Amino acid sequence: MLKQYETVFILTPVLSDVQMKEAVAKFRDQILAAEGEITYEEDWGLKKLAYPIQKKTTGFYHLIGFKANPDFIAKLELQFRRDERVIRYLTFAMDKHAIAYAEKKHSPAKEAVPVMEKEEKPAPRLKKPAVEDDIEIEIEEED
Amino acid sequence: MAQSNEIRFLNPPTVEVKKKKYCRFKKSGIKYIDYKDPEFLKRFLNEQGKILPRRLTGTSLKFQRKVAQAIKRARHLALLPYVTDLLK
Repeated sequence: MLKQYETVFILTPVLSDVQMKEAVAKFRDQILAAEGEITYEEDWGLKKLAYPIQKKTTGFYHLIGFKANPDFIAKLELQFRRDERVIRYLTFAMDKHAIAYAEKKHSPAKEAVPVMEKEEKPAPRLKKPAVEDDIEIEIEEED
Repeated sequence: MAQSNEIRFLNPPTVEVKKKKYCRFKKSGIKYIDYKDPEFLKRFLNEQGKILPRRLTGTSLKFQRKVAQAIKRARHLALLPYVTDLLK
């Protein structure tokens, strides 16, 4: 039974570009080795942290969305903990709304996003345009 | 002056028409709150980076829980600060 996950990890800024790519490749390979299936990937590049972590004020953010066996997550997180290049990680099990949102965000072809034609991937803060066009007011039971 | 029971105001009393608060997620049909979008989540924080209560934002309980969870995830990933001054 594969489940959809999303993992974000922050690598130390002391790595060179090649080292950074290598570290990302390592985790990507681990997902693939565990018969996982990578659905999308985002590289946010070097970002400023909101607060210092291990005395570092910046870090390389990388996001991988994947499908995997739930047993695999513990192994992946163990690898994150062991690897001193990773200063922070978060793995997130997605529910159906999260999957729908991610699918919409990562398939720019089918929905005609009216606002932006120039960039879809590099800006990770496309919350509003991506979501607001499905305005179907859901009526739920009031409390 | 003594006989008049009627209360007289110098200025006409201002009747405040309170705007009814609403849950923006219910209204616009947003079902998932992205923890990777700190700019959006900042609307639910005060200047110190604390989560605003429901009574101020009008968010329904269901979505307040999701907002809070998303903010906490964003904080863990250093997208939002845990404590700060003059956020925004």
